[in-house]
Amino acid sequence: MNKPTEVVIVGAGIVGAACALELSTEGLRVLVIDESFASAGSTGAAMGHIVVMDDSEAQFAITRYSQILWDDLRDQLPAAVEFDPCGTLWVAADEEEMREVRRKFDYYRERGVNAEILDSQQVCDAEPHLRAPLAGGLRVPGDSVIYPPCAAEFLLQKARAQGARIIQGQPVAAIGKGAARLADGTVFAGGFIVNAAGQSAPKLSPGISIKPRKGHLVITDRYPNFLHHQVLELGYLKSAHSVIADSVAFNVQPRKTGQILIGSSRQYGAENSAVDESILARMLQRAFEYMPDLNSLSAIRVWTGFRPATLDKLPLIGPSPHDPSVLVAAGHEGRGITTSLATAKLICAQILGQRTAIPIQPYLPSRQMAAEAHV
Amino acid sequence: MSESVSVRVNGNLVAVRAGSTVAVAVLASGATCRASVTGQPRSPLCGMGTCFECRVAINGEPRRRSCQVLCEANMEIETDG
Amino acid sequence: MDSVKHLRFDVAIVGAGPAGIAAALTAADSGRNVGLIDDNPAAGGQIWRVAHDSARPSASSIWFDRLNKSAVQIVRGARVFHAAKGELAAESDDCAIQISYGKLILATGARELFLPFPGWTLPNVMGAGGLQALVKSGLDISGKRIVIAGTGPLLLAVAAYARKSGAKVIGICEQTTRSRMARFGLQMMLVPGKAAEALRFAYDLRGIPHWTDCWPVAAFGNRRVESVRISRRGQTSEIECDYLACGFHLILNVELPRMCGCRLRENFVQVDEYQQTSVAGIFCAGEPTGIGGLELALVEGEIAGYAATNWEDRAKHLFAKRARFRKVVRILQDAFPLRPELKNLARPDTLVCRCEDVPHERLCEHASWRAAKLHARCGMGPCQGRVCAPAVEFLFGWQIDAVRPPLFPVRCSSLAAIPSHSAPRI
Repeated sequence: MNKPTEVVIVGAGIVGAACALELSTEGLRVLVIDESFASAGSTGAAMGHIVVMDDSEAQFAITRYSQILWDDLRDQLPAAVEFDPCGTLWVAADEEEMREVRRKFDYYRERGVNAEILDSQQVCDAEPHLRAPLAGGLRVPGDSVIYPPCAAEFLLQKARAQGARIIQGQPVAAIGKGAARLADGTVFAGGFIVNAAGQSAPKLSPGISIKPRKGHLVITDRYPNFLHHQVLELGYLKSAHSVIADSVAFNVQPRKTGQILIGSSRQYGAENSAVDESILARMLQRAFEYMPDLNSLSAIRVWTGFRPATLDKLPLIGPSPHDPSVLVAAGHEGRGITTSLATAKLICAQILGQRTAIPIQPYLPSRQMAAEAHV
Repeated sequence: MSESVSVRVNGNLVAVRAGSTVAVAVLASGATCRASVTGQPRSPLCGMGTCFECRVAINGEPRRRSCQVLCEANMEIETDG
Repeated sequence: MDSVKHLRFDVAIVGAGPAGIAAALTAADSGRNVGLIDDNPAAGGQIWRVAHDSARPSASSIWFDRLNKSAVQIVRGARVFHAAKGELAAESDDCAIQISYGKLILATGARELFLPFPGWTLPNVMGAGGLQALVKSGLDISGKRIVIAGTGPLLLAVAAYARKSGAKVIGICEQTTRSRMARFGLQMMLVPGKAAEALRFAYDLRGIPHWTDCWPVAAFGNRRVESVRISRRGQTSEIECDYLACGFHLILNVELPRMCGCRLRENFVQVDEYQQTSVAGIFCAGEPTGIGGLELALVEGEIAGYAATNWEDRAKHLFAKRARFRKVVRILQDAFPLRPELKNLARPDTLVCRCEDVPHERLCEHASWRAAKLHARCGMGPCQGRVCAPAVEFLFGWQIDAVRPPLFPVRCSSLAAIPSHSAPRI
């Protein structure tokens, strides 16, 4: 098997960092180039929820695969990564949502994912600050939380220790035919290019479609023991599925510092990063409906971020049909932190010509280009 | 005017001049306001509400900036420093 | 959820220090509805902070008398945390406050610049203005030994005040050079009214050592400061003390002007001759337009108040007075530049961010403020970088990123109460 002498990875966010580690572990010489500092993009704004999703088989496969990889890594993660195996608590407001709870439970159980149905009392015991009465919920203990910028940094450090080089502050102007050209004209030639440039990925690989979905997050002062799980409303799934309307959903996360991270919002077509007061208010009011005590917590910071979203909500992981030397690893929407490690495995397997651990078809970029059908 | 006000800092009675802030009562009691995230003792730095080093619990409400709150009779002040 | 108070003013003024008070009075002359908003429990800002047990200094009492007799509505204990066109969102201890305004005058003042050095986080190491504020708020320092250090005219004012409050001021360590200090003294004598002030300071400070080319190198103590090591012309010495009052001049509170979209130049808010910023209908007065002291702040405030109520001729009459006091800005800039040695005070383990306990060596790993924040947590605490960001800008040259709401930590309920652009006015 021919090992290429160099892989150039564009983007030092969590996906690029994971790819750098995986490829350098396989003995490949890796160069990572980022237009800014590592994690300056979506990774720096992300919530860091590692979660197994059930909205499609392909989504389940990649999130489950990746969650297991994070669990395998957990003992190596330094304290700054703030790994917390707190689990997810999906809460149901009514009987219709409880049916959804049961459906999820069955789905996970059939696939070997540990889950537990909670009734109205149990859900309040699990999270005392939830307003009562709720119909119940589903606890998924295998889910966890990390702090994305430090997680990405950990992956990069490990990659560096295995010979990977990282260049920051240099925008890449073009990629193709095994080379990456910087804005200043410098060319880095390698066997493969991995386009892990997040929001900027379509600029480098014309023909793929990734659109920003703006989100807001609020972080509070330190309130240890206020929250024990990442808690989401089941309506979250409805919100994530809408492709046009602005939406908010209750989604809160405990951080190791004791701070509470409050989300979430999704806006399609909003490209400016300024805080949008009206959607922020809606998001908070939705959160107060589920957890009234959030009301009086002190909010220290609000920020926005952009999830790089594809139309079918699955990431793009695989070769560009126009240029087999370019592999796209982008478009992870709100699952980038979770699926970064699996993405890296899939990319690495494709570069080395090995079998992938999960079927690769659903994530291939060619599906988008086929839909476009213009060449 | 040398009226004084009595408050409790960590259970100890402290008398301060009327019109004094809670930060002053804490300092007068010999306590420090808070413990930093790595456990260092901290007391007011800026005196004007911007540094957040003077945070204490006042009448059960945590994290109040004590340099911005006037002492009232029988206030219960708890520090964590 | 919190109750929300709605207030409406023709002219809203943020900051009840001298500039804000002066602006409120001239704006109120017009008969318009004027609101003066401040986060402290009482008006006065820093320089006119009321001492707990003494009458107000005569200089300010005239202004306060006028203020109390006027129709200005003072909104105390209100922290403004968001600004949108025509609206401010503020929070007090018991409710959220929405303020609609016709014109806005920003008189948000300044705060001290703190530079990190070993031991600066010890209790009883405070700002120079910080110590003064606490004494005015009731702290008894009689008989206490105080070293005052840093830079700027505030050190002299604090030394004089501390002495009057019964403390033993052991010395003033001023980092500027002897020649700059001398030039400062001479130049200030030429500013109207300042000669008398200078002589008064000289008298008030008689016998207190004033050392130039002198700065703190480290503070020592177990649970509170017990001594400070100072460097002076290459020699170090240690002084025992009960308080170290240390501040390196002023940083402007330009967060709210920035959020309003006002243009800044070198961290000052740009204003025209009527004190109007680059945003029509928003004015700025006092230190944020250029650090020039009390008299300049007062006259700028008066001009802004007249201009905001369309009384341009009255404003014009004050231009000459303002020009005379504007000279102080230049004098101060020339007198107290920070010397490069101050960049080397921090050791690798010296904390730079006090909220999150981030040491200097962790910041050295990064190349920008945003990177340091995300990776090392610097500036992620409740002070939102108000203490560490200016120090970091001095130490590393990093520009701080854009301001986002909330400008102060606020209750989540207050954040949810911010009026939105698209919401219809009730």
